[in-house]
Amino acid sequence: MSSSFLPLSEEMFQARSVSVDLNNDASLLIDIPDALCERDKVKFTVHTKTTLGTFQKPEFSVSRQHEDFIWLHDTLVETEEYAGLIIPPAPPKPDFESPREKMHKLGEGEASMTKEEYAKMKQELEAEYLAVFKKTVQVHEIFLQRLSSHPVFSKDRNFQIFLEYDQDLSVRRKNAKEMFGGFFKNMVKTADEVLISGTKEVDEFFDQEKTFLLDYFSKIKDATSKAEKMTRSHKNVADDYIHVSATLNSLSAEDSTPLKHLEKLADLFEKLRKVEGRVASDQELKLTELLRYYMRDIQAAKDLLYRRARALADYENANKALDKARLKSKDVAQAQQHQQQCLQKFDTLSESGKKELTSFKGRRVLAFRKNLIEMAELEIKHAKSNMALLQGCVELLKSN
Amino acid sequence: MRDELFCSLFYITVVTVLGISGIDMAHKAKNHSSPSSPEPASLQVEDVSANSNGPKTAEILIDDDQDDLFAEATEEVSLDSPEREPILSDGPSPAITPVTPTALISNRIEPKVIGVPSMFERSLDEVEEEAGGDLFDINISVSDPEKVGDGMNAYMAYKVTTKTSLTIFNQSEFSVKRRFSDFLGLHSKLASKYMHIGYIVPPAPEKSIVGMTKVKVGKEDLSSTEFVEKRRSALERYLMRTVKHPTLIQDPDVIQFLESSELPRAVSTQALSGAGILRMVNKAADAVNKMTIKMNESDAWFEEKQQQFENLDQQLRKLHASVEALVCHRKELSVNTASFARSAAMLGNSEDHTALSRALSQLAEVEEKIDQLHQEQAYADFYLFSELLGDYVRLITAVKGVFDQRMKTWSKWQDAQVMLQKKREAEAKLHLANKPDKLQQAKDEIKEEIEEWEGKVQQGERDFEQISKTIRKEVGRFEKERVKDFKVVIIKYLESLVHTQQQLIKYWEAFLPEAKAIA
Repeated sequence: MSSSFLPLSEEMFQARSVSVDLNNDASLLIDIPDALCERDKVKFTVHTKTTLGTFQKPEFSVSRQHEDFIWLHDTLVETEEYAGLIIPPAPPKPDFESPREKMHKLGEGEASMTKEEYAKMKQELEAEYLAVFKKTVQVHEIFLQRLSSHPVFSKDRNFQIFLEYDQDLSVRRKNAKEMFGGFFKNMVKTADEVLISGTKEVDEFFDQEKTFLLDYFSKIKDATSKAEKMTRSHKNVADDYIHVSATLNSLSAEDSTPLKHLEKLADLFEKLRKVEGRVASDQELKLTELLRYYMRDIQAAKDLLYRRARALADYENANKALDKARLKSKDVAQAQQHQQQCLQKFDTLSESGKKELTSFKGRRVLAFRKNLIEMAELEIKHAKSNMALLQGCVELLKSN
Repeated sequence: MRDELFCSLFYITVVTVLGISGIDMAHKAKNHSSPSSPEPASLQVEDVSANSNGPKTAEILIDDDQDDLFAEATEEVSLDSPEREPILSDGPSPAITPVTPTALISNRIEPKVIGVPSMFERSLDEVEEEAGGDLFDINISVSDPEKVGDGMNAYMAYKVTTKTSLTIFNQSEFSVKRRFSDFLGLHSKLASKYMHIGYIVPPAPEKSIVGMTKVKVGKEDLSSTEFVEKRRSALERYLMRTVKHPTLIQDPDVIQFLESSELPRAVSTQALSGAGILRMVNKAADAVNKMTIKMNESDAWFEEKQQQFENLDQQLRKLHASVEALVCHRKELSVNTASFARSAAMLGNSEDHTALSRALSQLAEVEEKIDQLHQEQAYADFYLFSELLGDYVRLITAVKGVFDQRMKTWSKWQDAQVMLQKKREAEAKLHLANKPDKLQQAKDEIKEEIEEWEGKVQQGERDFEQISKTIRKEVGRFEKERVKDFKVVIIKYLESLVHTQQQLIKYWEAFLPEAKAIA
């Protein structure tokens, strides 16, 4: 898709968030009102409204790319002070691969379909493209809103720069890459599981959390992929309705005998497929996206546990070093100070970690509740429309 | 030229066939004084008296398909078209006339004894009236598939139950046991008797070597159960379509099929039997014929209709393919929903918040019910919509076949005219020649031949007119039936879709309070 400016309507805005209770604090309100799609790159317009004195203006907008969001996320991860907090998961890269591939396949199969059929399929694909677009905007927006609604993150200097700096951030991004080189992140990923499951847990709360999070993560990952497959099948059925409708149309056009009901049937299938398409996309947004988002969030919670485990390991090493120093009667004061530091770090981490994990659970439960209710309501709504359409057609056919 | 090509081609192939089914063919050939007269002609006398069904007036025709190939050499057994006689065809379909190399053909005509035309006409009208109104009361169900025997000789026996108030049957409700080859045998007989005079004979369900092998071997899995169900349903639809035809339902073969407890085994339906191979050869012959006959269509109706059916055929095939894709995707959806349901249940178990855990388990249950729903819908998609389209694709092939038969009939008539012309020319030549002693005998012979060919030309014309008339009627009937059939099935299918949506509403409405209860 070439450059297209896509203003996002109010309705889309409401339908978007999988998370709750964000953007309520009037002192710092952030949203992404529109985005520009240029080939592979998406340019988000980040709009801020604030009453805080730390910003230069009360209202302003900047243009940001996906890579800028990643830069922001990485700087937060690398900040020591935030070790005891759950860092909101980075938004995934905008992925238009699936609709692009389908568009390509459609182009190849164009000769075998009627003009009308092709137009409808194209329409479907464009809707799919738009849905991917909406999703990526949503997920980037939520990332920023998580930060803005957090008492600590909202004050982060880099966050402010991200929101305010009216120039391109690419220079800063390059510097950051040179400093950290992404090395730290990779290390975290591989050592993660081993360290968390390895350390002995004294604190009951963290013990429970550890067991729960490890297990829950694998389950929610599985559920996400199964939900994805289910939604894809649903879309396939909706697409089949298009072909059925198109062929019925050709049949009724050519058929001179009084098979008038073929035309009605063609019309019915056309309407049905629109509803089925909505069912599939609503299911995607409310269920699959929900699962996907919390899968990432749980990963972020696991990262917190990892950092705490590392701090504990550091403390235990410092203890051993102190004992050794005492034995040798050498550099005891130094070792003691180091040990105290480690202990303090560990304690602050544990304290804030506990708070974070508790509020995380609350947030998660609320989000699930909201989305499950909305999904059920939408399913009922769509089933009712389907039924009305079908019954109308049956009445029509029976009366003739 | 065409005929010569054919003669040689056929001769070669047939000699090979003779080798395979030598006994069969030789036996047939022996039984007749005139090698070209088809078997049932001689059988009929014995059979009619032995036939417990009595000589019901029915339309039967001896098939003279082969005569195309031997136009110059063979005798035709000709029947005066509107008049028929009751014949119970025994054993393999008389579409297979004994093969005779051209040299053996003698020059004798065997005129047929004819039945009673007016009586026949009346009863046909009566049945047609019954067919049109509500009095056409017959219902057939095929049920209780039962495996008989073991290993590769095993077969499925189906119970065929007829419920009817029609007087042509002995009882109002009765059942028999039939196997798949019996159905094929019935169709084969009906096709050979009726297709070449323009009747649209409903095609039988297709054979499936793979499907049947699984069943024989005893694989009791889902796919073989589905295969048997698919076949059972197809057989039922086949019989219903056959008996709905006012002419076919009166056929003694049909009545015997439905009523009599023992049915002679239709061996010739096997693909690799002598009869089977001859069928294949016939099909090839027909295909070549179709290419070489250039008919002067004087009747625009036929041209129009043929084009219509051609278009309809294309569109139906396309629609059938789309619906088959739909069935496939819906089955996938069912599988994926089930898989998600299991995963959601696991997630619910893992969840430590009590209310959310319960809600997730409830979600898993709902999704499980929905996967069942999708599966049932996939069955409806298939058995109602997809199979209907498949049936009509095959029916249209039968319709096109009937149009081809008309072409063949026309061609035969034309060939007779050509022959007559040749004989007349030969006569003229004789008159001009100067050989007095042999002349008189030759002149007499030629005169006889001319008379014979004049008769054939007349018969050819009559046949052509009759088949055209029959086709018009048949096509009219077919189109009416098609509209009715589609409407009934489509309404049923839509109602299945309605049911699915109703259930969805029920399930989600039950789930909603569970979701709201999360605190």
